[in-house]
Amino acid sequence: MPLLKLESVSRDFDVSAPWLNRVIEREPRRILRAVDRVSFEVSKGETLALVGESGCGKSTVARLIAGLYAPSEGRIEFHGRRLQMIFQDPYASLNPRWRVRKIIAEPMLFLQTKKDVSEFLLQVGLSPDDAERYPHEFSGGQRQRISIARALAGEPELLICDEPTSALDVSVQAQILNLMADLQERLGLTYLFISHNLAVVSLVADRVGVMYLGRIVELASASNLFTRPRHPYTRMLLDAVPDLGMTGKPRTPVAGEVPNPLAPPAGCPFHPRCPHANARCQVEVPRFTNGVACHAIEEGRI
Amino acid sequence: MILEVKDLTVQFPTRRAVLTAVDSISFSIAPGEVLGVVGESGAGKSITGLAIIGLLEPPGRIAAGEVRLEGQRIDHLRHEEMRRIRGRKIGVIFQDPLTSLNPLYTIGQQLEETILTHLPLNKAQARERALSLLREVGIPAPEARYGAYPHHFSGGMRQRVVIALALAAEPRLLIADEPTTALDVSIQAQIIALIKRLAGERGAAVMLITHDMGVIAETAQRVAVMYAGRVVEIGPVRDVIHSPRHPYTVGLMGSIPKIGIRQERLLQIEGAMPRLNAIPPGCAFNPRCPRRFERCVIERPGLLAAGTSQAACWLHASP
Repeated sequence: MPLLKLESVSRDFDVSAPWLNRVIEREPRRILRAVDRVSFEVSKGETLALVGESGCGKSTVARLIAGLYAPSEGRIEFHGRRLQMIFQDPYASLNPRWRVRKIIAEPMLFLQTKKDVSEFLLQVGLSPDDAERYPHEFSGGQRQRISIARALAGEPELLICDEPTSALDVSVQAQILNLMADLQERLGLTYLFISHNLAVVSLVADRVGVMYLGRIVELASASNLFTRPRHPYTRMLLDAVPDLGMTGKPRTPVAGEVPNPLAPPAGCPFHPRCPHANARCQVEVPRFTNGVACHAIEEGRI
Repeated sequence: MILEVKDLTVQFPTRRAVLTAVDSISFSIAPGEVLGVVGESGAGKSITGLAIIGLLEPPGRIAAGEVRLEGQRIDHLRHEEMRRIRGRKIGVIFQDPLTSLNPLYTIGQQLEETILTHLPLNKAQARERALSLLREVGIPAPEARYGAYPHHFSGGMRQRVVIALALAAEPRLLIADEPTTALDVSIQAQIIALIKRLAGERGAAVMLITHDMGVIAETAQRVAVMYAGRVVEIGPVRDVIHSPRHPYTVGLMGSIPKIGIRQERLLQIEGAMPRLNAIPPGCAFNPRCPRRFERCVIERPGLLAAGTSQAACWLHASP
């Protein structure tokens, strides 16, 4: 049984103007579908990453799983007891008026057996003395360690990490990613890892889901996705990543931008930017089969 | 050389001490060349850029050294003179395109104003030039978008407008401070290609400030690596990436995750960059350096020849 299972989960947001404006200006209600029929499973001990550009709905999926939003449709099954979340901005996610001891002890309020705060500080590479300090006394990387210690204190089976290193410098990012890998190995944690950074995802993930305009367009093992990307959008994303090796490999220039999610294109949401789109792509939404949602692949055109 | 910076030092006097944010750095940029300036937050990259364009916020000031633009010293010019040079000879692109554009004017008005301020053209010619600039930076149907306000544009399109604005008066030097950091990867690739093409075509010098080594690898010919206000390594991009000479650059390159290379762990530099009020004596990197020896703690290294690059590291001192 998977630890986490999403079945055709959707989430709508009402972004209509206030009632009075709608009546006077005769505007209809406007609904933004941030997540559209997303399904996937996460097994115990693995890392599933969701990647995509801003506005693709990856953070909304994280919040749906954490229960911060309720799904509009579909169902989410969690076969564990506890999950915790790590957020992007370690400056906003720690209460500035609380000492580190209180921050880390908070999740333990709901546990039967209480452990020592210093144990968790040591696990994330901080010193037990740091418990008496306030968040502002720490650097960004150290704050993210405190966030991780707080998450661990809740003894979670699943950790949802929403861009955990995006606000950090690369050398600090390396420290945090190494720490997360160590903790996973030692404690058998399961990670749902949300990121826009494909290089980071290629390092941490066992499996990767690529999202575009609220949908998963491709889901594959990390090794397959990065060596043999299938969906045209995945290929485009990988082509757009700056080439640090300076191999001078030929690449297709990226065209266009993500469309407005309030008025998504009909058919396949990627068709206006897709070099393989045909008439069918413009009208019919491709079904997600065999790990990819693309008419061209289904028809064997690419 | 279009830009020559020599022994530039920027200090911030505070009540307790004088903080040195940029410590005696030197570099130059040739016509058509893109120099990348890379480093982590607080390394002094942006302050260097601001010092060159004369936009340091007081109490920050240039304490020593000189900046020359096409041979002319510009570091001690008065505010009015510097204002004429900015825009005319130096174009600037900042990270957040929303803060560089005035939300109350249409993009057409903003472009026209810049062009009329700096170039001897009449209004009709200015409009013509503005339209051709917008076309050049890849804005579809510029005639239709001419009267639009900045908030009508997406992030990537706004950054294109900012680039058009920076190029409006055909500057000799373009300073781009994290121009793609706020953008998605697919848009980032488009903007990088644009900056590269425009600099090449016009023979302008570009100083590209970023924390992203990938962006530098794609765009720049040479790169300067900064740490704690100093340039620790400078050289051709390919050499700095493939055979870094300074232990900090080695650590920095090793800590970047790379696609297509199966790696379990990243190389890790222990600790963090020192604060400005606690920069250690000798080499600023010595407390974190795996290859430190006695001399590093006592004496500060200057840039020493190391292969095709230069590195501020005693490992490269000739015996």
